[in-house]
Amino acid sequence: MSGTSLVTARERALAVLGGEPDDATLRRYLHGIAGVDAVGLEQRAAGLGTRSIKTSSKKWALDRIISLVDLTTLEGADTPGKVRSLVAKAMNPDPADATTPRVAAVCVYGDMVPHAVDALGSVHGDPDDGLISVAAVATAFPSGRSSLEIKLADTAEAVANGADEIDMVIDRGAFLAGRYGLVFDQIAAVKEACRRPDGTSASLKVILETGELVTYDNVRRASWLSILAGGDFIKTSTGKVQPAATLPVTLLMLEVVRDWHLMTGQRIGVKPAGGIRASKDAIKYLVTVAETVGEEWLQPHLFRFGASSLLNDVLLQRQKMATGHYSGADYVTID
Amino acid sequence: MSRLAVPKTYKLFIGGAFPRSESGRTYEVRSADGGFLANAAKASRKDARDAVVAARGAVAGWAGATAYNRGQVLYRIAELLEGRRAQFAAEIEEAEGLTRAQAGAQVDEAIDRWVWYAGWADKFAQVAGNANPVAGPYFNISVPEPTGVVAIVAPQDSSLVGLVSAVAPALVAGNAVIVVASERFPLSAISLAEVLATSDVPKGVVNVLTGSPAEIAPWLASHSDVNALDLVGAGELDWVDLEIAAADTLKRVLRPEPGPDAAAPALDRIAAFTETKTVWHTKSLR
Repeated sequence: MSGTSLVTARERALAVLGGEPDDATLRRYLHGIAGVDAVGLEQRAAGLGTRSIKTSSKKWALDRIISLVDLTTLEGADTPGKVRSLVAKAMNPDPADATTPRVAAVCVYGDMVPHAVDALGSVHGDPDDGLISVAAVATAFPSGRSSLEIKLADTAEAVANGADEIDMVIDRGAFLAGRYGLVFDQIAAVKEACRRPDGTSASLKVILETGELVTYDNVRRASWLSILAGGDFIKTSTGKVQPAATLPVTLLMLEVVRDWHLMTGQRIGVKPAGGIRASKDAIKYLVTVAETVGEEWLQPHLFRFGASSLLNDVLLQRQKMATGHYSGADYVTID
Repeated sequence: MSRLAVPKTYKLFIGGAFPRSESGRTYEVRSADGGFLANAAKASRKDARDAVVAARGAVAGWAGATAYNRGQVLYRIAELLEGRRAQFAAEIEEAEGLTRAQAGAQVDEAIDRWVWYAGWADKFAQVAGNANPVAGPYFNISVPEPTGVVAIVAPQDSSLVGLVSAVAPALVAGNAVIVVASERFPLSAISLAEVLATSDVPKGVVNVLTGSPAEIAPWLASHSDVNALDLVGAGELDWVDLEIAAADTLKRVLRPEPGPDAAAPALDRIAAFTETKTVWHTKSLR
């Protein structure tokens, strides 16, 4: 996967905004977007969650969920060995069933990228080709509270180590203080730092941390801001703050992505992360994606689940469908 | 002025809560003379699955509690049963068509069995465990440990005594239990669940399902996360099939026992759901 070219991203933003992306212009633009009907949004999300997905559709959905998962470990206690076992699970989620698809990516801290790349070996590559990419969280994840220089160095190091995707956090403090220009510039600068010497670029996921943005209006503005600044993906959460991903927030972000696609023709990815633990919940997200932006989005370069425990639940459901009886935690790995 | 009747809603008992069946189904429970008693929840396989999840979550805490503490908690249930003796006696009298004295005797028997089993909690390991003689300077000690999650089909021809006789021994060693109550006499089982909910039993340690054992038992028998199956009240079901399903996931199985003396108090019932762990330890290093 390669990120969008930088020049067109900036030119596109200038054209949409009708001026330089400074605080005043962005404020005028973002605050000009209609407010979110919170009750309507939550009702729509709840309605989409009531679909009954059974038998062959469920089987398809479970396999698709696995192929959209960013298998994640983001703990202070991560070790090279833990990353290797995570990669082993990513390559072969259910050793008892060879038909189980691989996950899309493994998501680790920047300093663990070399270990993930080593462990993946020849399987390292584009998830659209059935391979597994390496995503690294960067820019002083999860708080984002450090200087731009450190954030850029963090990003460049992860890319140099072989990360294919960078999950950056926005500066929520600056966003909430109304410094939209600062947030824009930081995203654009990190996007620049994602470039590799050969001219290609790592894909950039922009984490909004919706749990800290407080209102749906802010989520909508932050989504627009991140897309305008050149993000290839918008991602709900770090997983370190509650509430993390919720269905209404994800629906709202998908609506922004849909509007952006109608406006510019460009396809932006969405990644709900944190708090999605049950297959049943994950299926609701698939329904929401298909109904909001279309089934076309249900592929690894346009939609991801950021999850760790979700995979085991999907495997249990898969085993239930294969054997006809309920499976148990003894039949999947302890992560 | 006459008062409006306030009939009781009987629901399931899963993970310390009283949910209705996920399926929304209920069935009519009738008294011995055919009169309407109550609507009981008719559990589905998903309720059974939820109960297994709740039980699995409770095993570590219950098995990890000290034997002395488990004994105290189980004895406390007997205390609470004693306090609600009249309610249970009235329920059994109506459901089974007994006299008040016969129903009261049943409640007494059930309470006595709780006390008997509660007493064994901190004594069972001394009887079932052993210090094995070995040819070397080692302690070699065998201790009984709980099997884990135990699914029970309670005796079908009894309201309370059969249920208690099947559930209590599995709890003594530290197992978590999912019990499918008598289909005909489910009301005392839910009243017992109310006692458990207000006692010190951690949530999820006992889960009570009402409904059709023929429908629910196969899902429990084949469930990979259930470690043992007590078919004491499954005599009327295709219990051989249940045993075959249980064998696929290496469960311990107790076969059906017929008659009114089913699941009579015995140490074997405690031992049936334990696993023996043997450890070696050096005696001394000079």
